[in-house]
Amino acid sequence: MSLIIDHIDKSFGALKALDQIDFEVRDGELFGLIGPDGAGKSTLFRIMASLLIPEAGRCTMHGYDVVKDYREVRKIIGYMPGRFSLYMDLTVEENLAFYARVFGTTVTENYDLIRDVYEQIAPFKKRLAGKLSGGMKQKLALSCALIHRPQILLLDEPTTGVDAVSRREFWEMLKGIQKQGICTVVSTPYMDEAEMCDRVAMIQKGKLLDISDPSRPAPEEAPLLYSLKSNKGVYAYLDQIRNMEACKHAWLFGDQLHVTLRTEEGAVEMRALIESWGDPSITWKAIRPSIEDRFMGLMEHGSESQLTNGEQI
Amino acid sequence: MSRFFGFVKKEFQHIFRDVRTLVILFVLPVVMIVLFGFVVTTEIRDVEVGILDRSMDEASIRATQKIFSSGYFIPAGYLQHEEEIGEFFRSGTAKVVVVFEEDFEKQMQRENRAAIKLIADASDANSAQLSLTYLQGVLMSYFQSVNQDMQLPWSVHVESRMFYNEELKGVYMFVPGLMAMILMLISAMMTSVTITREKELGTMELLLASPLKPREIILGKVTPYVVLSLVNALTIVLLGYLVFDVPVVGSIWLLMLECLLFITLALSLGVLISTNAKTQQVAMFMSMLGLMLPTILLSGFIFPIDNMPKVLQWISAIMPPRWFIVIVKNIMLKGAGFAFIWKETLILLGMTFLLIMASVKRFKIRLN
Repeated sequence: MSLIIDHIDKSFGALKALDQIDFEVRDGELFGLIGPDGAGKSTLFRIMASLLIPEAGRCTMHGYDVVKDYREVRKIIGYMPGRFSLYMDLTVEENLAFYARVFGTTVTENYDLIRDVYEQIAPFKKRLAGKLSGGMKQKLALSCALIHRPQILLLDEPTTGVDAVSRREFWEMLKGIQKQGICTVVSTPYMDEAEMCDRVAMIQKGKLLDISDPSRPAPEEAPLLYSLKSNKGVYAYLDQIRNMEACKHAWLFGDQLHVTLRTEEGAVEMRALIESWGDPSITWKAIRPSIEDRFMGLMEHGSESQLTNGEQI
Repeated sequence: MSRFFGFVKKEFQHIFRDVRTLVILFVLPVVMIVLFGFVVTTEIRDVEVGILDRSMDEASIRATQKIFSSGYFIPAGYLQHEEEIGEFFRSGTAKVVVVFEEDFEKQMQRENRAAIKLIADASDANSAQLSLTYLQGVLMSYFQSVNQDMQLPWSVHVESRMFYNEELKGVYMFVPGLMAMILMLISAMMTSVTITREKELGTMELLLASPLKPREIILGKVTPYVVLSLVNALTIVLLGYLVFDVPVVGSIWLLMLECLLFITLALSLGVLISTNAKTQQVAMFMSMLGLMLPTILLSGFIFPIDNMPKVLQWISAIMPPRWFIVIVKNIMLKGAGFAFIWKETLILLGMTFLLIMASVKRFKIRLN
């Protein structure tokens, strides 16, 4: 195991930021942390980066305790905080050179590791970091976090505030880094990005809801989840679907409506309702739950007992 | 070591790319010293003096001539009555009025004593006091020259001389004080601000999560300011010498060594402030209020310590600039060697040691 988080608690005053968080990350894994703003993701990252001390529980990085052996931990991690934390008044290459020196290495020594990332911003290497676009800033920050060839890479919301194209590129880079054998923990508020991870932990209000493995098919169940689509847009139908007897919960998913039924037989009631609208462009079909569906499903139940079986997989 | 130099290089890049920092570092000291040199002066020049001469004899006219040929005073005209004095003062025609009583010369020769009244407009107390002192000086020397011709049974002749500052120049007073103030400002305020800036911008989070040790971070941040502050100390001494003729009688090397000690002290104070301040504004405010004001008021820079109430005298004893100013005055003006300033130096050394210990101890290795 590269990283072990063992029942961690952390509070800020009356606010319980982390409540019995407990999971492990395997060697070379690309591990995702997903959850809304304020879920406690950044606090967890700071604990992993040895910057905060948990009130209870233990966190070890490659066997080094983040409290006791913080010196060792700081040598083997690459950390990219949620907020852009490079020097705005230094140029791209000056920032990179500075972080290389801080970690006692040089840019050329580990250039092969950051090549894929850095080549995209290399044309702007004389530009001040403060003048870069959001996507380029994140690529520079990633280069700086990687320059000393860390064993564990901690990325706190690296794609927040970045355009869709850059986000996709960024995730491809993370896949590339994974091939170099670096274990990566990455958090994101975007559900679609979670699909790129080997495994995903869902966090809400400081609690771990679930850990799922997107690549593994969900246990075969009766088709209860349906997706509705219409040229007119599905928003107008949301209330009627929710008022349906058979509907467990329903929410908007991009331009679609995802409906979870209570029983398999509920489909009959839904069919009747949809036909009553007389919308010729409407299509609907049973789908396999994505991470977002699972997450939304878990969140609907708020603080119910899902949390206890955190490690289902 | 490469780590350290990398840090120092980065710090210099910050400094040379920020116009505000550059202005504070290089323009402010020059402006301050020139301003203080020309504006805050304790000398008098061209004071308007009105004359009310009730005798109009040879002696009083000679005395009047003596006053206006001294170079400090210019004539504001003759008055006829004592009632006119108020008018002269109110309209600003004269700052001082000299009144010669009747039979001035006769009394002088007969009784060897004559009456002169000096009346000053004391709405500006300091310059009134100074003008009177200068006037008395001029008149005294005149009467002494007159008396030499006469055979007196006895005569006491007081000759005073001002050592180390023969002409009582104000610049001599404030160059050491200004040096303390500027070094304090640059060293303490700039370091406290630059360290809190890293906290505010979030870059400190990355520095903390790196293998850098606290002392490496502090030293890296502080070293450029040591160099720049030394440059400043030299600039001040040079400006004082070239523009205001303030000499450096003692060893310039000893002076610079003492400056280095004081800079180190101020820097550790700055680091200590930064460990307590969350934002640049707070750091700036703490340095200004906590360091600048005491430096100006309690260090003996402007107000003599001996005239302060006892409590303030005790407080001034823990003000580092107080001891530094004594050291600088001793070296620059008296040419004193180390043997005469070892006590003050030891006090500064002790303070520096305490401050460094406190700031390293207070420097947090984690967030919060």
